[in-house]
Amino acid sequence: MKRTLALAMLLALGLVATARAATEADYKAAYTAAEAASKEAAGLRNQWTVTVSMLAAARKAADSGDFDRAIAAAREAEALARASIFQATSEKEAWKAMEIR
Amino acid sequence: MKTRSALLLGSLSAALVALALTAPRVVAADKVDPVADAKAFQNFFFQKFPDVKHEDFVNGPYSMNADLKRQWQEKEEFPPYEFALEAGKEMFATPFKNGKTYADCFPNGGIGVRQNYPYFDTKEGKVITLELALNRCREANGEAPYSYVKDEMASLTAYMAYTSRGKPMDIKIPDDPRALEAFENGKRYFYTRRGQMNFSCASCHVQSPGERIRAEILAPALGIMNAMPIYRSEWSGMGTTSRRFVTCNSQTRAVPLEPQADEYRDVEYFLSYVANGLPISGPGARP
Repeated sequence: MKRTLALAMLLALGLVATARAATEADYKAAYTAAEAASKEAAGLRNQWTVTVSMLAAARKAADSGDFDRAIAAAREAEALARASIFQATSEKEAWKAMEIR
Repeated sequence: MKTRSALLLGSLSAALVALALTAPRVVAADKVDPVADAKAFQNFFFQKFPDVKHEDFVNGPYSMNADLKRQWQEKEEFPPYEFALEAGKEMFATPFKNGKTYADCFPNGGIGVRQNYPYFDTKEGKVITLELALNRCREANGEAPYSYVKDEMASLTAYMAYTSRGKPMDIKIPDDPRALEAFENGKRYFYTRRGQMNFSCASCHVQSPGERIRAEILAPALGIMNAMPIYRSEWSGMGTTSRRFVTCNSQTRAVPLEPQADEYRDVEYFLSYVANGLPISGPGARP
């Protein structure tokens, strides 16, 4: 009985933890990751315009205190930056397939 | 046993001979060969569009669509680049503060030399485009450089192109590994996909010339530099080669490089070289 109660409390605590509103710290972590990926893409000379726009959208949402939206935008920016890195890396060889010979 | 050994030895020898025969081809495929590349590039377009006269490729979308060509021919009676041409002529002749002019910076006084740009500068080890040479001329004479994407630069290059109209593009690749590298880098840039749209320059201008992209008809890559600079109705103004590269990148949702970045200079070198022999038609007018 005691064990069940303890488990239930743990579960409830877990739910509370996941349901809590996003904080500025969460946003900062998401933004830092997105910014690092974006810088890597720029270093490969393959930045996408949409990554830059999404990072700006994240900053704007964070400035207005909407950290849920800011985190979503930062994560989107990171995904876009990672896609551009993948593109730049794969195109190092893949471009040859398109060449007129 | 002897038969087995003989068979094994025979197979091994055959494999070695085959390897020896194929190895040079592999090496040859990796070797930079601009002459072969230009020939293949031109043949691709000549075969894809057998009805287009070779010298007509420099007219971009008009070589691909008869209706559009008729409209353009009528427009050429009062061409939209005329104002830029007049302005460029005047700017070209106006002395700098030190009394010198652009003519002092170029071979043959800058007249009829467009077909030789870009060239590879063996001292610097880099490609020098006409736009870059013009700004270097200004700076060498104590003048501030012009924006690479705005009207003044387009006017100057329009005038210089006009004095070279009809002359065959004549780009040289000197016997210098750095020049070959620049050509190869330009080629790679041309075929590399970029931006969220995952487009390369070739996606539009090799795979789809003559096709529509929204309301526009795509120009063939062959001879695309010969018409620069261009007046674009879409821009309601003139555009330099730099502007063209920058907007192409933006349209694929790639952040453009800075005008006259090495990549842009190299891709201009590649595209101009593969159009060798085709006439200069700039300044051009495009929808």
